Amino acid sequence: MIKRSILFGAVAAALLLGAPARAAEGGHDDLPHRESWSFAGPFGSFDQGQLQRGFKVFREVCASCHSANFFYFRNLSQPGGPGFSEAQAKAVASEYQITDGPNDQGEMFQRPGRLSDQWPAPFPNDQAARVANGGALPPDFSVLAKARASHVGFPGFILDAFTQYQEGGVDYIHALLTGYVDPPEGTKVQPGLHYNKYFPGHQIAMPKPISDGQVEYTDGTPATLDNYSRDVSAFMMWMAEPHLDARKRIGFQVMIFLFVFAGLLYFTKKKVWKDVAH
Amino acid sequence: MAHTETSGTNRRDFLYIATGAVGAVGVAGMIWPFVSQLQPDASVLALSTTEVDLSPIQEGQIVTFMWRGKPIFVFNRLAKDVELARAVPLNQLIDPQTDQDRVKAGHDKWLVVIGICTHLGCVPLGHQGNYDGWFCPCHGSQYDSSGRVRVGPAPLNLAVPPYNFVSDSKIVIG
Amino acid sequence: MEGHSTYQPQGKIARWFESRLPIVGLLHSSAVSYPTPKNLNYWYTFGAILTMMLGVQILSGVVLAMHYTAFAPISFARVEHIMRDVSFGWLLRYIHANGASMFFIAVYIHIFRGLYYGSYKAPREVLWILGVIIYLLMMATAFMGYVLPWGQMSYWGATVITNLFSAIPVVGTVIVEWLWGGYSVGDPTLNRFFALHYLLPFMIAGVVILHIWALHHVGQNNPDGVEVKSVAKDTVPFTPYATVKDIFGMVVFLLFFSYFIFYIPNYMGHPDNYIPANPLSTPAHIVPEWYFLPFYAILRSIPDKLGGVLAMFSAIAVLAFLPWLDTSKVRSARYRPLYRQFFWIFAVVAVGLGYLGSQPAEGGFVIASRILTAYYFIHFLIILPLLGLFERPKPLPASIADAVLARHGATVVAGAAAPQTKG
Repeated sequence: MIKRSILFGAVAAALLLGAPARAAEGGHDDLPHRESWSFAGPFGSFDQGQLQRGFKVFREVCASCHSANFFYFRNLSQPGGPGFSEAQAKAVASEYQITDGPNDQGEMFQRPGRLSDQWPAPFPNDQAARVANGGALPPDFSVLAKARASHVGFPGFILDAFTQYQEGGVDYIHALLTGYVDPPEGTKVQPGLHYNKYFPGHQIAMPKPISDGQVEYTDGTPATLDNYSRDVSAFMMWMAEPHLDARKRIGFQVMIFLFVFAGLLYFTKKKVWKDVAH
Repeated sequence: MAHTETSGTNRRDFLYIATGAVGAVGVAGMIWPFVSQLQPDASVLALSTTEVDLSPIQEGQIVTFMWRGKPIFVFNRLAKDVELARAVPLNQLIDPQTDQDRVKAGHDKWLVVIGICTHLGCVPLGHQGNYDGWFCPCHGSQYDSSGRVRVGPAPLNLAVPPYNFVSDSKIVIG
Repeated sequence: MEGHSTYQPQGKIARWFESRLPIVGLLHSSAVSYPTPKNLNYWYTFGAILTMMLGVQILSGVVLAMHYTAFAPISFARVEHIMRDVSFGWLLRYIHANGASMFFIAVYIHIFRGLYYGSYKAPREVLWILGVIIYLLMMATAFMGYVLPWGQMSYWGATVITNLFSAIPVVGTVIVEWLWGGYSVGDPTLNRFFALHYLLPFMIAGVVILHIWALHHVGQNNPDGVEVKSVAKDTVPFTPYATVKDIFGMVVFLLFFSYFIFYIPNYMGHPDNYIPANPLSTPAHIVPEWYFLPFYAILRSIPDKLGGVLAMFSAIAVLAFLPWLDTSKVRSARYRPLYRQFFWIFAVVAVGLGYLGSQPAEGGFVIASRILTAYYFIHFLIILPLLGLFERPKPLPASIADAVLARHGATVVAGAAAPQTKG
């Protein structure tokens, strides 16, 4: 009886709520396309080659304007990451000059980076970043892939719980990087802004940051904008969620364990209750 | 589930034992992350090296640096400090160890030790006590010019941290 | 928590101890020999599930507090430090963040179960009101906890909710500034919220003990809504019967919980909370956590500031008066054909308000939330009092044992057609 009532309730809710949701959504042909990512789904994990390429794009292009304050050189060699050796990570770190100090003379000084150092920010503070970028602040990259999403209405957001869709942020970033197109007829783009198909409001302060052939790939991957964008998005997802691989791996073990335990408990419960009418 | 005498069930029943055992494994598994989080985290582990420039340290001077949140004493010893330390017969020591074992060959005048009393963790005072070394104000332990304990209650010599000379005037600790 | 004890201390030491502090006997009488109605279904395992969730939240919260720092300029970074550097920090943080949502899912099921089976009626009024108090404390705790990561949603959620108090005439502004400890939400606010967020769960635990005490004093309600007539015929001892059933319920709930922790940990959260708090820019579309959405919709449906705040608080306060608003003598919706329909309409309205709370306050959404808000209050203030007078309930079973017997008789008949069906 309860089951039937729940069904009735669910159907009523769907009818009641579906109508305004559909009405509100209208035409969303500018919604980011859902890409297929190696780290999506219950058994997903990062593709080391992709993270290494993404890191290259990040350091050669993005990092000249964007900071990544929660990202440390030591992260490059940690498990579940791009798979650099500790020596490689140290070599990367030593290519950067880090401000340290004060020394015995009370002065700040420059020294080569170490594993324990934060990724150096391109600008000393937000104000300096704004001045250098026409008044707009380039957002920090550390958790940006989790800070962005595209709108999902009813009932899509319920389906997403079942399909484990957690890649709204990377899909958006990929779409944004590849979404610089000529503005449609009659659109007036404000001075200092650029037209982007996927940016909310379509007018973004960041000029088209990367084009085909700009970064050299050494592993044979075609040096196209689409690949750059895909790789750097994946790299940003890893920066935002560095323990994703471990999370999904442990999660599977936990789920299996709980299934077995729940099964055993079910039969235990049946056995305990077998002589009691209830 | 401890008392299952009711309704004629059997305590040795395989199902109950299996369920209980799996449950115990689950509880143990759940406890682990809560214990594991206590260990030093990745950012602490990464801060394990410190570079020290020796050139400003005068002869006879003890300078304190910080490494892993602990004080490191760097002692630029005079020739007499070294001689004194090497003249002591090992059988007079509480924790026998030669001075040569406590310094880097070729850099014999430089003593680098962790500045923490091996008794209960206080920081000993330099150039005090009767042995040309350190005196711990907490419980009166005394260390010599090689950082070896000479008067208790401390049981061990001041520890030598892992370090290397990268040049004649620069060491890297850790 | 009292009576029913059949505990006999075994051995000299146990007897010596029991005569000085009868705590083992107390535990025995409330968790072992306590008689539970034999017809309880799985909806009744949510009390145990909620107790487990309170434990999970306190444990994971205490551990997180060991790594967190309540200081506005660095709190966001400290949470990321937990996520990145602390061993299993990501797990503990996702347990705690999703645990809050799971806690509310369980409490809503628990509340709606109480509504369906009339668990608030005499003699369980105090039990019910204690539950409403726990619910209020949970909301306060969850709200303050959401502020701690100091993201955009934390900051603006705190701003909007504390500003509710500015609706109070004359002293409103002063009260809000005292809540903030400044002229806007800031570091003093964050610090006091952290202190209270740590304190309130222990107050919840205290009220939970009273809640269980009241429950064990009056005895559990049950799906048939008739009182226990004979302990021997109508009940079974808590252990092992209810214990094993509760543990099974808890493990199934943990499966559900784990799915969120490990596979969709950010599903319940809002992406904007991964942007550090910025007092100069409000996110385009701010919404509270999902469990506040129905009340948020009620707040926004009233076009007057004070009126909206009063409506929102009344929507919770009205629950405390439920035992006297429902005039029917019959408890369970099983025997109230009309109430059962209204119960499901109310459930749909509550979910609908939740959906509307998540939508922008414009156009059709505003009209819809006004209609549903009106219905929310009509349900409690008009439908329930009248229903008790006009509804003709089905005949009640003489006892729990009779009800069970009747159902099993029915199963035997049905069993002829489908032999594998079991009760």
